[in-house]
Amino acid sequence: MAAYALRRLALLPPLLVGVSLLLFILTHIVPADPAKLIAGEHADLEEVAAVRHAFGLDRPLPEQYLLYLEKLAHGDLGVSMLTNAPVLGDLLQYFPATIELAASAMLLTVVLGVPLGILSAVRRGSAIDLVAQVLSMSGLSFPIFFFGILLQLVFVRALGWFPLTGRLDIIAVAPPHVTGLYLVDSVLARNLADLRSAALHLVLPGLTLALTSLAPIVRITRSTMLEALSQDYIRTAWAKGLVSQRVFVHHALRNALIPVVTVLGLYTSGLLGGVFLVELIFDWPGVGLYSVNAITAFDYSAIMGTSLLLTLTFVLINLSVDLLYAVIDPRIRY
Amino acid sequence: MLSSTRASAISLRPGRGTSYLRRSFRLLARIPGAWIGTAIVGLLVLMALFGPAAAPYDPYHISAADKLRPPSPAHWFGTDDLGRDLLSRVLTGARISLAVGVVVLVLAMVVGVGLGLIAGYWGGWMDEALMRTTDVFLAFPRLVLAIAIAATLGPGLSNSVLAIALSWWPWYTRLVRGQLLSLREQEYVLAAVSLGAGRPRILLQHLLPNVGTTVVVQASIDIGFAILATASLSFIGLGAQPPTPEWGAIIAQARSYMVDAWWYPTFPGTAIFLAVLGFNLLGNAVRDAFDPRLRAVM
Repeated sequence: MAAYALRRLALLPPLLVGVSLLLFILTHIVPADPAKLIAGEHADLEEVAAVRHAFGLDRPLPEQYLLYLEKLAHGDLGVSMLTNAPVLGDLLQYFPATIELAASAMLLTVVLGVPLGILSAVRRGSAIDLVAQVLSMSGLSFPIFFFGILLQLVFVRALGWFPLTGRLDIIAVAPPHVTGLYLVDSVLARNLADLRSAALHLVLPGLTLALTSLAPIVRITRSTMLEALSQDYIRTAWAKGLVSQRVFVHHALRNALIPVVTVLGLYTSGLLGGVFLVELIFDWPGVGLYSVNAITAFDYSAIMGTSLLLTLTFVLINLSVDLLYAVIDPRIRY
Repeated sequence: MLSSTRASAISLRPGRGTSYLRRSFRLLARIPGAWIGTAIVGLLVLMALFGPAAAPYDPYHISAADKLRPPSPAHWFGTDDLGRDLLSRVLTGARISLAVGVVVLVLAMVVGVGLGLIAGYWGGWMDEALMRTTDVFLAFPRLVLAIAIAATLGPGLSNSVLAIALSWWPWYTRLVRGQLLSLREQEYVLAAVSLGAGRPRILLQHLLPNVGTTVVVQASIDIGFAILATASLSFIGLGAQPPTPEWGAIIAQARSYMVDAWWYPTFPGTAIFLAVLGFNLLGNAVRDAFDPRLRAVM
């Protein structure tokens, strides 16, 4: 297990070098001359040349890449043109909001999706099964940005149950920074008002982000559960006279969970991509919103920094999913 | 005696009526989702062909007097913040979305299948290099790479199409390569080699048709998501720019007015949903009908 984890970790650096190379190529095939962008609109040729030299843009490309890698290794992602601050610092500031959002979406996916999938497998062909099937097909086809807007129209405008945007009420003061996750920080600070406000603000964005992963989880839980239920050991369990709850949960579910965890890991990918759309709709101050704002300002360092961070997150999540298999299924050994 | 042997030999041969394609289509017709999907996709194609001509108003015509009108007999879908007729804009947008979906897939397939054939057939260092390249592309969460590429290329519909295609080709390369690893060991390939056929001929004449079905099935599932991804990029502001009546772009503009005008984001949003749903239903049905492994179950 530990050896396997180490082997997987050893593959990480080459992959990240590849990812950084791809991002480097991307930033250097930009049709616009970055030196001109940095120097400003009214700079003359000499000033542009000075900027080009100062940023090392006049050196050969391989040399520039090595320079870029060296900076990357030191955590230097460049300076954001939008905020005039180092990109790494910006990302660290905005990332907790994204983690809080993505984690709650993940939680909603599991809490809503797995039981719905189990229910529709256990009551196969029933009305619940049909509803779950239709919902999951629709959820897969629904544009999440439109889903977010619909939720805002129904639950904010018509019903007034939840706030429209942001992480906290405007008058509220953010809890003292410990983890950056408002839910955790407000509990640590024993600030109930903040906790309530943060939770209310989290519901709609979390649900919106969960949409893309919810549908596949319902489908995969249903189909693996059906497969597990048709196995011989289930018949044996019934024959032993076990109560249905024990058959379903202890015998069937545990064996059906592996593909569910795989798919859950796979759909973090969709979740991390959706972060851009959801944070934009709900004005959620995370790295997605930071990056979308950077796009309109042609702030390449910020965009590339965000992409690198989300990719790193994705790769690490995939690694943990693989390691999780062994915990769920003791038959798997690495 | 002789004639009876021949007769039984002929009857053993699979008849025309049971060819792979025929059986697949017969299975397809039995899946309810296939019919619903075909109906929606058919409607979308009709809209793409005749939508602009059938639109009651000019989708670009600005009319300050008709700003943000709710749905009415004159404007079935209401009007937007510039008084443009939303029905006309949604109808015109169908052509853009359909075209975008097709172009993204064709680009991703041409590059992906081509490289997959090369990797799977040549093997060796070529295979290794191509597969490690796909590893890098697949390390990015979906949409994140497309956003990064589109942001570098600059906003615009064609740039966003290119960006999505560039982030999608590795899936096809993987798919084709995996198939080719077993296909290239088949006897008919050996036969073709011994007859002196060159590599391009073997690849294009013998191997490509055999991976064709898998690729088409995958593409029929992907086209809905290609439409969805393009609309998402437009919504962020990287795709189609105003005043283009692209569905995602219309919703992006609608955001500032949605509190007063529910119809503004709702109609183009429903159009995206239905288009993607139609392709997904059809794509899933095609996969179920054409996948030989599922044959026995059905």
